[in-house]
Amino acid sequence: MRAGGSASGAGAAVEISGLIKRYGRTTAVDGLTMACGRGEVTAILGPNGAGKTSTIEICEGYRRLDAGTVRVLGLDPADPTLRPRLGVMPQAGGVPPAARAGEWLRVVSRFYAHPLDPGALLDLLGLTEHARTPYRRLSGGQQQRLSLAAAVIGRPELVFLDEPTAGLDPQARHACWDVVTGLRDAGVSVVLTTHHMDEAEKLSDHVVVIDHGRVVAEGSPATLTGAERQLRFRARPGLNLDELLSALPPGSAAKESPAGHYIIEGQVGPQLLATVTAWCATEGVTAEDLSIERRTLEDVFLELTGRELR
Amino acid sequence: MTTLDFSPRPGAAPLPRMVLAQAGAEARAMLRNGEQLLLTLIIPVLLLVGFSQAALIDVDGSRIGFITPGILALAVMSTAFTGQAIATGFERRYGVLKRLGATPLSRAGLLLAKTCAVVAVEIVQVVVIGAVALALGWSPHGDPLWVILLVLLGTAAFSGLALLMAGTLRAEATLAGANLVYLVLLGLGGVVFPLTKFPEGIQPVLELLPITALTQGMRSVLENGAGFPTGPVIVLLCWTVAGLGLAARTFRWE
Repeated sequence: MRAGGSASGAGAAVEISGLIKRYGRTTAVDGLTMACGRGEVTAILGPNGAGKTSTIEICEGYRRLDAGTVRVLGLDPADPTLRPRLGVMPQAGGVPPAARAGEWLRVVSRFYAHPLDPGALLDLLGLTEHARTPYRRLSGGQQQRLSLAAAVIGRPELVFLDEPTAGLDPQARHACWDVVTGLRDAGVSVVLTTHHMDEAEKLSDHVVVIDHGRVVAEGSPATLTGAERQLRFRARPGLNLDELLSALPPGSAAKESPAGHYIIEGQVGPQLLATVTAWCATEGVTAEDLSIERRTLEDVFLELTGRELR
Repeated sequence: MTTLDFSPRPGAAPLPRMVLAQAGAEARAMLRNGEQLLLTLIIPVLLLVGFSQAALIDVDGSRIGFITPGILALAVMSTAFTGQAIATGFERRYGVLKRLGATPLSRAGLLLAKTCAVVAVEIVQVVVIGAVALALGWSPHGDPLWVILLVLLGTAAFSGLALLMAGTLRAEATLAGANLVYLVLLGLGGVVFPLTKFPEGIQPVLELLPITALTQGMRSVLENGAGFPTGPVIVLLCWTVAGLGLAARTFRWE
């Protein structure tokens, strides 16, 4: 995976600076500044209502911004010359319910000068046998895949995918990932939103975490999760960690989150492991699922955006 | 698994190809939709057969000669107004218009495609209704050019009203409203009931309705062989300007 962070500059696929979008009294996007590199996959993460879709829809030219600047491939998002250069997959819908999958994709392909072959694309996404099925009779996952097919059929330079794998089964999710990887390998810039941290970790060069309409962290998945390792184990809830902490070297941290799941951070090595297991022995507990791991993107995400439900 | 060349090669297709593709899709959708066919073909043909065969109304001259121009006007209204309003309302609701906005097909191109699709369905309607009427002994008069002019103007006027409704109301409200307007205009517009059956006081008001203008224009040419239908053309032009003008100002794409 390539290192992120090279996203800014004149060559960026998307450049957003000080973006503000309000709906009535609600401020959905509140001074957001970020950039998506050309030829890179950028994942935008954020809780529901963080401003992901508003931001993407402003880039797609669907919505007007209230303040700030947005440049897409160096142009104003409303510029009509951008339309053939962009591929768009909305979060849901966009297809007439009675339209047959294959026919509709063929119609969309006729809008472009050098489209991919609709039949081959249906095949790639496992939709060939549903080519004659009306959109409303497709399963949610099939509808998503058809929408993805339409987003890439015009051979765009930049693709926006708004939650492309929401509601997909594992097979369909992998098919979608293959398309995203294929796009990147072919030099297409991809901007996607997702709630799946593993997806962001696996697919993207650059991750942007937004919350309350602002960027709270960005970088490559590796820089965001950091090099630091953690020791994790499961045991009965409510253990008193004070004694353990006093036995650990200074600078270590121990917490229970969620109940029954313990995380020890610090200089994770043989010494720390021995201290922890010795403490477990005096407490009379068996540490289950004991493991030493790097933090996941999900840990980082929850740390940045909190655990409250939105 | 197939491998596809995703390397960027963006470009818009020529406008005629885009418009034709979209128009084809819309025409297919209209002709496949059962409820739409009920309004655009089945009801008009049933009315044509019923009112020409049974003495439900008394008219001077032949019943089929009186009823056919009215049914042709009704057919134009059913496609350009009712069908188009309902279809566009639901396209807006389902995000279809928004999605099309992200393709190289411009809004002007989309409206052109819709018009082409409506005209294509109207051609099917005229052929079917005309064939049934001829089989029932209809003998049309007048200059076909004036008929084509009236149909196109009627299409423009009703399309403006359809887009005005679909672009401002909720899809369900458009569905209910467009069907209601269809029924009311069918009853009041001289389609099957002659205008002379209404109280004299309201006749001049009814004559200002787009359906009445279209019906009377069609009847003057096809039944009486009259020349350029000035009055109806002026009324339809006014509705076109008002309807399309208001729709252009108020239409919400999502």
